[in-house]
Amino acid sequence: MNFLRKFLDRIKPAFEKDGKLKMFHSTFDAIETFLFVPNTTARSGAHIRDVNDLKHTMTVVLIALTPAMLFGMWNTGYQHNLSTAAEMTFWGMFWFGFLKVLPIIIVSYVVGLGIEFISAQIRGHEVNEGFLVTGMLIPLIMPIDCPLWMVGLATAFAVIIGKEVFGGTGMNIFNPALLARAFVFFSYPSHISGNKVWIVGLSANEGIIDGFSGATPLAQAAAGEQMPSIADMFFGFIPGSIGETSTLAILIGAAILIYTGVGSWKIMLSCVLGALGIGYLLNFTAANPYMEIAPYMHLIMGGFAFGAVFMATDPVTGTQTEIGKWIYGFLIGAFTVIIRVFNMGYPEGMMLAILFMNAFAPLIDHYVVEANIRRRLKRVKI
Amino acid sequence: MSKVIKIHKGLDITLKGSAEKVLGKFPLSMDYAVKPSDFQNLTPKLVVKEGDAVLAGTALFVDKHCPEINFVSPISGTVKEIVRGDKRKLLAVTVSPAAEQQHLQHNIKALNSISREELIAFLLESGVWPFIKQRPYGIVARPTDTPKAIFISCFDTAPLAPDLEYVLNGETEAFQKGIDVLRKLCDNIHVGITENPSATSIIPKIKGITTHAFAGPHPSGNVGTQIHHISPINKGEVVWTITPQHIVSLGRLFLKGIYDVSKVIALAGSEVKKPRYFRIIDGANIAVIHEHLCKDKPVRYISGNVLTGANVGPNGHLSFYDNMISVIPEGDYYEFLGWANPFRMKKFSVSRSYFSWIFPKKEYALDTNINGGQRAFVMNGEYEKVLPMDIYPVYLLKAILAEDIDKMEQLGIYEVVEEDLALCEFVCTSKIDVQDIIRQGINLMIKEMDDHI
Repeated sequence: MNFLRKFLDRIKPAFEKDGKLKMFHSTFDAIETFLFVPNTTARSGAHIRDVNDLKHTMTVVLIALTPAMLFGMWNTGYQHNLSTAAEMTFWGMFWFGFLKVLPIIIVSYVVGLGIEFISAQIRGHEVNEGFLVTGMLIPLIMPIDCPLWMVGLATAFAVIIGKEVFGGTGMNIFNPALLARAFVFFSYPSHISGNKVWIVGLSANEGIIDGFSGATPLAQAAAGEQMPSIADMFFGFIPGSIGETSTLAILIGAAILIYTGVGSWKIMLSCVLGALGIGYLLNFTAANPYMEIAPYMHLIMGGFAFGAVFMATDPVTGTQTEIGKWIYGFLIGAFTVIIRVFNMGYPEGMMLAILFMNAFAPLIDHYVVEANIRRRLKRVKI
Repeated sequence: MSKVIKIHKGLDITLKGSAEKVLGKFPLSMDYAVKPSDFQNLTPKLVVKEGDAVLAGTALFVDKHCPEINFVSPISGTVKEIVRGDKRKLLAVTVSPAAEQQHLQHNIKALNSISREELIAFLLESGVWPFIKQRPYGIVARPTDTPKAIFISCFDTAPLAPDLEYVLNGETEAFQKGIDVLRKLCDNIHVGITENPSATSIIPKIKGITTHAFAGPHPSGNVGTQIHHISPINKGEVVWTITPQHIVSLGRLFLKGIYDVSKVIALAGSEVKKPRYFRIIDGANIAVIHEHLCKDKPVRYISGNVLTGANVGPNGHLSFYDNMISVIPEGDYYEFLGWANPFRMKKFSVSRSYFSWIFPKKEYALDTNINGGQRAFVMNGEYEKVLPMDIYPVYLLKAILAEDIDKMEQLGIYEVVEEDLALCEFVCTSKIDVQDIIRQGINLMIKEMDDHI
């Protein structure tokens, strides 16, 4: 790769402070550091450093997201196949979904990275790799029928209002990907709710077989209708946002995150405990059909698994203390079920629960740290 | 001896080039330096000029705010250079050694016949006072203070650190004398030792100390960790620390009446041909090590260990409190798509997304590349795994960055100095300069809280 290095070294001066292309300094820097780990040496403090960096950490998350993404592509084709009785092959379904999902991913990355590059240049910062993950999360939590312009707009909103105004990755309060979804949810509710948006072509009613509903298990549960089998929901042969349907694919991702230590198992586990706890509690007082469903069903339908594994564990917007993580995760699980069951208008609660707890994460941490301060004050003196 | 204190959090980084227990000898260095930068927050005031003849023990500069504290020449000879930096800041006073070494001869004081005040006056005058550092802040102790205790760590767990049992071998008498002197200053002396001291260890023979055994990874050998687990520092309290080799030098002053800061250090690191121990005098120019190095790549010369030492360059000087010289490769190179490759077997990571954890005994030749770009705090829970203190490190660092004095105080600024969080800096995914921030915080505390320093 010497020729590439030499090429970069040759053009580098143009992007430095006095160069002709200094307005593209951040862009050049981003590309250079993407291609080559920089030659920066420790200036002060520890002379040796761990080899792990943020880019590597982000790639781990992307790898963990891959099973959910691939399954989402296949499932897009599969659901289309069901709705139109087109009798596609396995690869046919995957290819169909691939062509549908890819544009959404491209739009998300182009819009998001574009804004990241521009704002890094304005602030004179390095481009932060946080969006590598956000850019993949956004498509996976959108309905497949979401118009591309809407994805672009939502991404722009999330990156600018959700992240850059706070100072970029590491400074944001709310999970940017969820903010993108919330933007669509509140601005264009008809494009992210109901029974039509989860399957390609259903809204336009193109070649759909008679009587096909397209309802998600969440909607069916809220309406007290017959739900898909547990196996179908666990493996993900159900309508829903692109990446959220297969609990199995998400669990593979969870295993990667937990094994590498990138995602907190405490948050994931406590999310599950929170949902189960409230689920059982509601079973006792069941007043509507949604309250009667078995608590474990909440774990395998809708965005619960995806949210618990990939969204709640966001290290920036979640709680930072180890005790805080238990409280934070538990409340996310609990609130998700509560919102799902008691909100008549919309049967899903994961997004709102996580955003809500994002807002409360600093408060939880505050009390954990305060407890530490009090404990330290009370220490025995010898 | 009481029960063993087990340290669970921390990290042992195994590096190539640990010192073999063979004692070598260096020739006399071309010059010796006393560097004000070795003493945090010191404003020096020169008392010699270039060309002055000095003895080992003659004052070179004093503390401007507390002129009783002398900083003295480690050898006899002539003052070679007053090295100044930006804004004429005093960086070092160097002394060329005379062929025949002469020490300033002090009258030996009998400890039981002098008062504490007389003793302190003598320690200040003879130049050994700066051996004693205080916590909070990690600065030279204030002569007017009476500390609640004195802490000494008699083992070093830093990467490639010398075996202090080996280094102290044969110094029982001087060490005991040093302890006797310290007991006159403060009777409450705590010494940290390893779980299983070897038969050659001198510590069990020493009287008048309380020993505490520690087990576990680095930083269990850091005196800060030991203080935290024995008797943590609360607001308003002062404790003193001193290194074992300085206790020996202190003892020699009372045995022989001279300022003798010769000590045994480890010369270690992957770029040293035969890493081993050497006898050396404080402040020596490290050019004498050049013949012991592999010369095939650019290297970094570090006085101290690789986590906390100072980059002194090829002709720098051994720092005042250091017990080793580390030489490791510089990391000034680019690595094509390095971040995407999980199989960088020559590099080390605590993260399981690399494979270092499979080979816990492997010795690494790590270089100085920081392996990434600096970012804001993103990942969490990393620092806590390597900091064996009941402290929330990220919250403390953020309080420092926000210059929130109350919060810094509450979150533990009094208990830490840079070296305690050196491992946090090592593991940081965002490559944040943790030790710099800690020092910034300590300096702010000194400025805000103590007008008389």
